[in-house]
Amino acid sequence: MAVQISVFIENKEGRIKKAIDTLAKADVNIRALSVGDTTKYGILRLIVSDNEKATKALEDDGFIVKESEVIVVSVPDKPNGLNTTLAILDDADINLEYIYAFVSSQPEEAIVAIKVENTEKAIEVFEANDAKILTEEELEKI
Amino acid sequence: MFWNEKAECMTKEEKEELQLKRLQETVRIAYENVEFYKKRFDEIGLKPEDIKTLEDIEKIPFTTKSDLREAYPLGLLAVPRDEIVEIHASSGTTGKPTVTGYTQNDLDVWGECIARGLKMAGAEKDYIIQNAYGYGLFTGGFGIHHGGNKMGAITIPISAGNTQRQLDTMVDFQSDILTCTPSYAMYLGESREKAGIPIEDINLKAGIHGAEMWTDEMRKRIEASLGIKTYNIYGLTEVMGPGVAQECGEQNGMHLQDDHFYPEIINSETGETLDYGEKGELVLTSLTKTGMPILRFRTKDLTSLIADKCECGRTTVRMTRITGRSDDMLKIKGVMVFPSQIEKALLKIEGISPNYLIHVTRPDILDEVEVKVEASKELFSDEIKEMEIVEKQIQASIRSETGLRVDVTLCEPETLPRSEGKAVRVIDERNL
Repeated sequence: MAVQISVFIENKEGRIKKAIDTLAKADVNIRALSVGDTTKYGILRLIVSDNEKATKALEDDGFIVKESEVIVVSVPDKPNGLNTTLAILDDADINLEYIYAFVSSQPEEAIVAIKVENTEKAIEVFEANDAKILTEEELEKI
Repeated sequence: MFWNEKAECMTKEEKEELQLKRLQETVRIAYENVEFYKKRFDEIGLKPEDIKTLEDIEKIPFTTKSDLREAYPLGLLAVPRDEIVEIHASSGTTGKPTVTGYTQNDLDVWGECIARGLKMAGAEKDYIIQNAYGYGLFTGGFGIHHGGNKMGAITIPISAGNTQRQLDTMVDFQSDILTCTPSYAMYLGESREKAGIPIEDINLKAGIHGAEMWTDEMRKRIEASLGIKTYNIYGLTEVMGPGVAQECGEQNGMHLQDDHFYPEIINSETGETLDYGEKGELVLTSLTKTGMPILRFRTKDLTSLIADKCECGRTTVRMTRITGRSDDMLKIKGVMVFPSQIEKALLKIEGISPNYLIHVTRPDILDEVEVKVEASKELFSDEIKEMEIVEKQIQASIRSETGLRVDVTLCEPETLPRSEGKAVRVIDERNL
């Protein structure tokens, strides 16, 4: 399991840039990110090197920040790789909320962050099916 | 229990006799000394001596805000300048400011009215009043100040703003009464919670709040976050300033100081006088002002009057909470809507900030309303699905309050205007 921070982004010019800027100034490294967007606002989701530092810097700059849990899973970097992993959730009737990818340094491995309705149950079925869930320590090495 | 029992608990007959005597005197002073009133009376052949009963007041033409603007700055004085000792002005957000000049008599009356209100809020001579209304041309700061002085209480002229200092003052001086706008009171309450100051560390007992519209939902929040009982106060620069009316501990209508101001309720479209209990526009006539007497001033504030004696024992007429202004009423898709209704709807939702902006447009032939609301940590989620639920909740709440389907947009915190004075809540871009 990993902690993801989400940032509310008003639909206004330069707001994502401003959030990224804030993180850069706080010396926080971004490991993965995705943006969920609607016509009116966006949700910037991040996995970063230092959650506490990132949250504080963003809040000090007036952003709304929320921490939530996502599952980070290693997926074989080949056709059908992700499909196999998602099939595990599907078979267990677990709803996928969203998914996004990391940049991996390993040639054989892709890494994805997954948000599901029931995190505990998802971890259970991943483990039962030998899917590789990354620990916090492993995440730091990416 | 009463600051001035004789004035506040008169019988109907005593009061009407006093009001008529004072009305006749005010009309005479205005006619003889103010060109504007003389002209208005002469145009319709009205003489001061035609005012023989209180009902005769209906013969007098209304005075409007634009009349006051045309007389800017001091065209409506009824006394030579050497008798004026203080000047205040409205903020002028919607045009040229309106100015009022006060004689020493007027300041005494003002202090008297505020002192009555302070007493309603439980004040005693040794009470510390933390006066966080803005000091300046705005009537809030000095009005309360004059009343504190009149009572002999201890007034801290801290003025609006500098929240840290406000909180320090509450704790260090153990202030008893807080006076400020309701939105600032709410902000101070939130700031106390954020700063982690235990409620036991402050000693506030009462808050006297006015100068902008507020709702019962807001009252509940202020009372809980500061541990106080709140008292709605009403007034306006054109007539005097705060203290024209204020709630007592019953919190059931504001006691209008009707030995100094004569109230009427009219239908704002036809100008026809309405009965007690009927809702309409408040019209005020000063009964004791000497510097700038004002006859039948149309306040644009919508309220109704309660004639019955209050549980507290006072017989002064009461006015109900202002529910809107005849000029900020919006007609959207043919439905009458007041910003206060939107505010009420918003405050029913947990975690919402009372800062909002109503944006009305007519892109084609139909009106569209967008309500911008500041998002907060409580409302925010990492999932769009959840955020949509929040928006729908807000929409549903506004719909049940106003009957309108509106578009809700969440904005980043601290991006909508907030005020120490009066906030802009409506942007209407329709070409009507």
